[in-house]
Amino acid sequence: MAPGLEEFFPAVFLFEGTGFDINRIIMVRILATLVLLLFLWLALRKATLVPGRVQSAVEMGFDFVRKDIAYGMLGKKDGDRFFPLIASIFFGVVALNITGIIPFLNISSNALIGMPLVMALVVYVVMIGAGIKAKGGLGYLKGELFPAGVPKPMYILVTPIEIVSTFVARPVSLTLRLTFNMLVGHLLLVLCFAATQFFFFEVGGISAGFGVLTLIGGFAFTLFEILVAVLQAYIFALLAAAYIQLSVAEDH
Amino acid sequence: MTPMTVLAAEGGHPLIPAVYDIVWSALCFAIIIFVFWKVLLPKFRAVLDERSSAIQGGIEKAEKVQAEADAALAEYQKQLADGRAEAARLRAEAQEEGAQIIASMKLQATDESERIISQAKSQIEAERQSAMVSLRSEVGGLATDLASRIVGESLADDTRSANVVDRFIADLEAQTPAASASASKEA
Repeated sequence: MAPGLEEFFPAVFLFEGTGFDINRIIMVRILATLVLLLFLWLALRKATLVPGRVQSAVEMGFDFVRKDIAYGMLGKKDGDRFFPLIASIFFGVVALNITGIIPFLNISSNALIGMPLVMALVVYVVMIGAGIKAKGGLGYLKGELFPAGVPKPMYILVTPIEIVSTFVARPVSLTLRLTFNMLVGHLLLVLCFAATQFFFFEVGGISAGFGVLTLIGGFAFTLFEILVAVLQAYIFALLAAAYIQLSVAEDH
Repeated sequence: MTPMTVLAAEGGHPLIPAVYDIVWSALCFAIIIFVFWKVLLPKFRAVLDERSSAIQGGIEKAEKVQAEADAALAEYQKQLADGRAEAARLRAEAQEEGAQIIASMKLQATDESERIISQAKSQIEAERQSAMVSLRSEVGGLATDLASRIVGESLADDTRSANVVDRFIADLEAQTPAASASASKEA
C-alpha cells in the first residue's frame, strides 16, 4: 500500500457538503493560522522597549521581511505600503508549511492547491492594481506589454510573450511551485517512514537494515523540509514583492 | 487514486481545488492579512518607533549634557584666566603704587631735610651774628677800658671813643678775609 495522492483528500468530518467542509488537512490549516496569529499576538502584545527573548525573535523576523524583502525589492516608500501583504505571505506560508514536519499534524495544508492559489491570486490582483494606480490602466498595460526600447516590429514577438509571462506564468508559477514543493515533500516523508515501517515490522530479519537507511533518509528529509518550508515562504514573498515592483516601476 | 468520499472525488485532483479548499484558504488568508495589517504590524511599528525615539532621545540627552559640561569647563577656564589676569593687574598696580609712594616719601624726606638744614643754617647764622654783636661791644668796652687805662686819659666823649673802636674792629676784620662779608653787611 504505497502512499498516493489520496493522502491529500482525507475524510470530511465536519460541515460536509456545505462548502465549509473540514477534513484533517483543513483542520491543520485552520490550526496553523490560529497558532501563528496567537503566537505573534502574544509575542507583541506587551511589546516593550527592551524586548524579551520571544519578542526580539519575532521582531527580528518582521525586520527581516521588511528590510530584506519589502525594502530590498520595493524601496522604503512602496515597501512600507505593501509590507502587510508581504509579511502576511511570508509568515503565513511558513506557518502553513511547517505543519508538514510537526508530529501528529504531519502535513502541510499548502499541499492542497487552494491556499497557494488564493495567495497567488491576491498577489496577482495587488500587482495589477498597483500598476494601474501607478500608471493608469492603459499606461500599465503599455508598460507591461510593449516594453520600452524594443524595436517596433519586435512587438509581434515580444508582446505575446509578455502577456503569457506577466499575466499567466506569474500566478501559475507562484501557485504550483509552493503546492508541489509541499506535496512532494510530504510524499517523500511518507515514503521514507512507510518504508521504514514496512522493513521493520512486515519484513523484519535482515531487511530491517534497509529500514535503518530509510529512517535516516526520513530524518534527513525532515530537516530538509524545515529548510524548504522557510525557503518557499521566502521565495513566495520575494516574488510577490518583485512582481509588485515590476508593476509600479517606471521602466524595466 | 481512490478518493474516500464523494467530495474528495470531486476535488480529488491535485491541480483542481475543491470548493472547501478555496473557501478555507480564502478565509484563513483573509484573517492572516487582517490581523497582520491591523494588529501585529502597527504594534511592531509602534515599538520600533518608540525604541528608536528612545535611543534618539538618549543620544540627544547625552549630547546636551556633554555640551553643558563643555560650556561649564570653558566658563571655568575663562574665569580662571580672568582671575589670573586680574591678579597680575593688581600686582602691577600695587608695585607701581608702591614705587610712587617710595618716590614721594623720598621727595618729602629730601624737602624736610633741606628745610631742617636751612633752618639750622639760619639759626647758626643768627647766633653767629648775635655772638658777633655782643663780642664786638664787649671787645670795644674792654679795649676802651684798656686804652684809657694805658693812656691815662679819660675818654669821656662816647662818640669819639665809639669811632675809635669801630675803626679798630674794621681794621681787625679787614685783616681776616673770611669775616669781610659780615663786616660789609655790618657796615
